[in-house]
Amino acid sequence: MPRGFCGHGSAPPPAVQPRTPLTRIIHQNNEKKSYCQAWHGFVGIAPENTLPPGACSGNGVSPDKRLLFLKYSGEYFGLNERRFALPSRRLRRGVLPGFGPALGLSLFYLCLLVLLPLSTIFLRSSTMGWQAFWEAVTAPRVIASYRLSLLASLGAALINAFFGFLVAWVLVRYRFPGRDIVDALVDLPFALPTAVAGIALTAIYGPEGWLGRPLAHLGVQAVFNPLGILIALTFIGLPFAVRTVQPVLEGLDKAEEETAASLGASRWQTFRRVILPPVLPAVLTGFALAFARALGEYGSVVFISGNMPMRTEVAPLLIMTKLEQFDTEGATAIAVVLLGLSFALLLAINLLQARQQRLAGQ
Amino acid sequence: MNATKTKTLPDGVTEDPPWIRRLLIATALLFLVLFLFVPLAAIFKEAFSNGLAEYWWALSDPDALAAIRLTLLATVIAVPLNLIFGIAASWAIANFEFRGKSVLVSLIDLPLAVSPVIAGMVFVLLFGTNGLLGAWLEAHHLKIIFATPGIVLATAFVTFPFVARELIPVMQARGSEEEEAALVLGASGWQMFWRVTLPNIRWGLLYGTILCCARAMGEFGAVSVVSGHIRGLTNTMTLHVEILYNEYNFAAAFAVASLLTLLALVTLAAKSLLARRSGRAGQDSEELA
Amino acid sequence: MSIQIDRLTKRFGSFTALNEVSLTIPTGQLAAVLGPSGSGKTTLLRIIAGLEMPDEGQLFLHGVDATPLSARDRQVGFVFQHYALFRHMTVFENVAFGLRVQPRRSRPSEEEIRGRVKELLRLVELEDYASRMPSQLSGGQRQRVALARALAVRPKVLLLDEPFGALDARVRRDLRAWLRRLHEELKITSVFVTHDQEEALEVADQVVVMNAGRVEQVGTPEEVYHKPATPFVYQFLGSVNRLRLRVRGRYAHLGTLALPLPNGLAREEGTAIALTRPHLLDVSREANGEGHFRARVRHVNAAGPLVKLDLVAEWGDPVHVELPRERYHELALAPEMVGCVRPKEPGALLLQPPDEEHNAPAEMYYI
Repeated sequence: MPRGFCGHGSAPPPAVQPRTPLTRIIHQNNEKKSYCQAWHGFVGIAPENTLPPGACSGNGVSPDKRLLFLKYSGEYFGLNERRFALPSRRLRRGVLPGFGPALGLSLFYLCLLVLLPLSTIFLRSSTMGWQAFWEAVTAPRVIASYRLSLLASLGAALINAFFGFLVAWVLVRYRFPGRDIVDALVDLPFALPTAVAGIALTAIYGPEGWLGRPLAHLGVQAVFNPLGILIALTFIGLPFAVRTVQPVLEGLDKAEEETAASLGASRWQTFRRVILPPVLPAVLTGFALAFARALGEYGSVVFISGNMPMRTEVAPLLIMTKLEQFDTEGATAIAVVLLGLSFALLLAINLLQARQQRLAGQ
Repeated sequence: MNATKTKTLPDGVTEDPPWIRRLLIATALLFLVLFLFVPLAAIFKEAFSNGLAEYWWALSDPDALAAIRLTLLATVIAVPLNLIFGIAASWAIANFEFRGKSVLVSLIDLPLAVSPVIAGMVFVLLFGTNGLLGAWLEAHHLKIIFATPGIVLATAFVTFPFVARELIPVMQARGSEEEEAALVLGASGWQMFWRVTLPNIRWGLLYGTILCCARAMGEFGAVSVVSGHIRGLTNTMTLHVEILYNEYNFAAAFAVASLLTLLALVTLAAKSLLARRSGRAGQDSEELA
Repeated sequence: MSIQIDRLTKRFGSFTALNEVSLTIPTGQLAAVLGPSGSGKTTLLRIIAGLEMPDEGQLFLHGVDATPLSARDRQVGFVFQHYALFRHMTVFENVAFGLRVQPRRSRPSEEEIRGRVKELLRLVELEDYASRMPSQLSGGQRQRVALARALAVRPKVLLLDEPFGALDARVRRDLRAWLRRLHEELKITSVFVTHDQEEALEVADQVVVMNAGRVEQVGTPEEVYHKPATPFVYQFLGSVNRLRLRVRGRYAHLGTLALPLPNGLAREEGTAIALTRPHLLDVSREANGEGHFRARVRHVNAAGPLVKLDLVAEWGDPVHVELPRERYHELALAPEMVGCVRPKEPGALLLQPPDEEHNAPAEMYYI
């Protein structure tokens, strides 16, 4: 039962979840009013001066943004919570012009450039016949390539999930010289062409390279080896892992940690119970994004892997090889499976992000 | 990726003990140095490994110049198309509610989920000699695959989402009040767009365009499939790098690669600039009670 | 230009923001639309401006059906709660915007535009700020620029959406008086939306009280305050005490008071709620033979023109009484002392029928 000093409710409204910084909601221009009307109750925000019971009303932001009132089932009651979550639907269609042309143009271009070309894959594979399709995708070399792709991508995504969180934590919470530069550079794997990344990594981890030579002394070969593929996939997935976690860490309310500390929790307990839970979905999303990206990666892998069938041939490489050998059918079949995997991942990512946004009240 | 400035939480009772801080910073930095700085340094080291003269010579080689020209051509066509789409899509998505909106947003992200090799392959399936439209193209003596149009299409496909993904959150965060004010003051739809909307989204727009350009010029997998790998004719910069590398001409390969790297660094710098500007704009719009 | 609204209805999904709202605002009046959040007042304003389209009903501007007209064509000025100044333009450019976007035929010359903008900036007392950017202005200054911008195109109707809601108390008071003076000078039909009753009662010629999408009452500030038409209006404007009465037969009992009930409310047994204003109650040390109820003083606030007493009635409810200073000094009441509270005049209590919702329109029973 939320504390308040105005009226009395029988039960807290079901949509109230103390998770979102109220200030963020308030500051989005005209979103505030929309949220008031979007919810089945009314949210009023009043100045801090006490209002007489039963006359709760008001719409404005109190100087410390702490007070809000709810009307629920005919009763008013006040919340001293600073945070709550509201459904995010903007209900106004608005009278802004240009909806028809904008949507029409977008859909037209989308169909022409993306949907139509993509559909040819499924069209082509459907003409293959089930038997031929099955043979093409279950050949030992193909299965090996799937396995390698999945395992290497999984491994890279796991590494990125862990280190991505670490990097995001360090960037958000600590100050050190060069922080801004490092922050900007995190996006390098995203902005750099994959081919450039590929040859750079091969040069570094090759037998004569800066890192390849010490590794060779330790008996580890990093190029023409699944290890090299793992390294390349880690490289390109890094920005995804960091950038999904960063905004969530930034949005954490220090007040929660302070409360935990004042209640006697150690730093570790605070971390485990207060900081980690809201960040975990973002880490998961970052993991999924890095995973999806790594599955389809070609440019950075083709140089460092050496392309040995059954050993260092990932699925995209195999597709390319088949195309070069004019085995379009085979390539299409493998592509269908790979696409299926990617789409399933994309769906999972979108669901995760939708859930994350709902929890964040955006 | 969205350009927002990284904020730091100030210290207090939520401070971590110094040894933890130092350990975590050191670990993170070690990881980053290994995976970011070392490759960056390697590119430039290899590029200049044979001296400045060789570097320049590699870049002014006619095949290299042809590759640069083709890359620029593909970019100059693909990016404006995606730009217009991006503006249209973000306008529709940010300002209106309609059924299927979330589906549209997911569809925009589709090219990101598709492996570049597959992205190139779909155009081969569509326009190749055995493709859906292959016979028709042959009859009209039109060549798309193994020629420039194919490269342009593949580039456009792969860079399709970037401007839209950058603009949608920018527009959503702004709200539409200024546009409404312009309408009530008598502005027509176009006047409202040119005078009010565009100036306000210009930094996001600029960054989205730069990002789109960088990705277009750096695309490798997709163009590798649709190009004929013909030196001097159907090679983009990335393909040229691949050819040089496979010929063991490492210094030249890295020289061309260094150009692309510089472009990537420019993109990153643009992002930082945008983050700073949008951070300032964010402060302006805060209504202080 | 008069505004006439006829049975306007607006729904957002399953939520009804305006429910058959009808209203007339005569030419030249300054009307305040007052109500709590979610009462539909902003929606009403936006429909008048053309920023929303109603689902049912019509809007007439000076007798002409304006419902199908777009926002551009209505010659209406709109001032947003958060100003909506064009962030990337100077103050001058902001104010000149409406003039600059006019179709070429009717657009004034550059010189005329400059003159008009200067005149308006002088009107809002911001002539020296012409080349500043909105981010360099305070909240109150921004609001004045928004007003100048709206006035630049000589609107026939001026609409303001909680114009002072985002400002602090001092600035709000100053701007309120300034808006009133401006209206006297310009005499444009104006409607402003607010949740602040003090503001509405102080500034407006006509007050429209809204609640849950309906108009509860329309009247002058005195009328809505002293002669509220519904219990909602009574509770919304001014402070209110809720007193619990015991009903037996034809009388309602409040302490030793026996108040005759209006016809039709007589009952066997029960309780009822009565509302009254703090200044309609009097306190004395002794009963003096008159009907009263007892209450213990909890808190005295003597800082102000009236002395405000917080008391707790004998049955536990809080009671708020406001006394003139002389009366208070006569009584010499202090916390923990018990006083006898009675209504000052007959008809000071508003009886609420017990089984109806607080805010349903009901006949007003004064006892």
